[in-house]
Amino acid sequence: MSEFKLFKRVLFVVTMVVTAFFAVTTAQASPVETFEFQDEVTKVRFQALSKELRCPKCQNQNLADSNSTVASALRLDLYNLLIQNKSDTEIVDLMVDRYGEFVLYRPRVSSLTYILWFGPALLILIGILIVIMILRKKPISKENLALNSDQQTKLEQLLSDSADVSSTSKSASEQKEKE
Amino acid sequence: MNKIIRFIPLVLVIALGVVLYRGLSLNPNEMPSAMIGKSMPDFSLSTLNDANKTVTKADFVGDIVLLNVWATWCPTCKYEHPYLLELSKNPQVTLYGINYKDERLPAQQWLTHYEDPYQFSVFDDEGLLGVKLGVFGAPETFVIDHHGIIRKRFAGAIDVRVWRKEFEPLIKQLITEKQQGK
Repeated sequence: MSEFKLFKRVLFVVTMVVTAFFAVTTAQASPVETFEFQDEVTKVRFQALSKELRCPKCQNQNLADSNSTVASALRLDLYNLLIQNKSDTEIVDLMVDRYGEFVLYRPRVSSLTYILWFGPALLILIGILIVIMILRKKPISKENLALNSDQQTKLEQLLSDSADVSSTSKSASEQKEKE
Repeated sequence: MNKIIRFIPLVLVIALGVVLYRGLSLNPNEMPSAMIGKSMPDFSLSTLNDANKTVTKADFVGDIVLLNVWATWCPTCKYEHPYLLELSKNPQVTLYGINYKDERLPAQQWLTHYEDPYQFSVFDDEGLLGVKLGVFGAPETFVIDHHGIIRKRFAGAIDVRVWRKEFEPLIKQLITEKQQGK
């Protein structure tokens, strides 16, 4: 019972440390500017788009995360575009026009990105096919394991011999002769 | 048949190895510009030296233009500055600057201190012209032809070697295009 209590306590401490760590890192990562939004919808759209768009300079961060100069310029541009009542698709198209498909964290489906979108599914399919093939092979090998009539008679003979192995030494010598 | 099948995983692993090994030597920061072949974007901003003077795209379209993105916070810009001064004497190209995400006073002081190679610098303190051009950072240099079409984007410092290798052939080509009236 006390072990369980100790475990609970350790778990509690670990959770606190991890939470504090993430709270600190996200606080550091948040960008400095503040934007005024006319309504809640625009604000949500701004947040969604800045998560969706990649910072061109620091390639593993989105616009919302990055403090680089180009990301802050892009955030301002994004804000201006939203104020101008541009739609999400218009904004995304504009960004792609300037920086290429690369700015999108989720690349669009096109002949260039088919392998990205459908490659994993294809690999899983191939894997499943291989597994099915292997599973189907097994019954055939089981049939091969079955004894033919000659082997069957020999087996029965051996079994009956060993059944009365205790009776006489004569049978033992007979067995030797057989071998 | 069975023997060939046995070798398929080996072949796949080697192929994957080759692909990944090639990836090691690629520079992920070298991004192709999506703006090549597109028209120079419209803008209306003040010049660095005169806050009351507004310049637009029309002010530098017509010549073969080098558009250099620079800032005082960018150490590599300092490195390439002497070569830019040399380029400003090159009659084949006209050099303009974009002072990108910078403050006016330190930037003006920089130009007085190190000399000004530019016809003028566009003061893009918010970086919005940079964004329209697809700028990643500084320094970056764009080549714009006499029709105002962006023909090249180069990220990084320009020196003699870079100029000869990356720019000179294109500039020659643009000059012939201009002479032929294309």
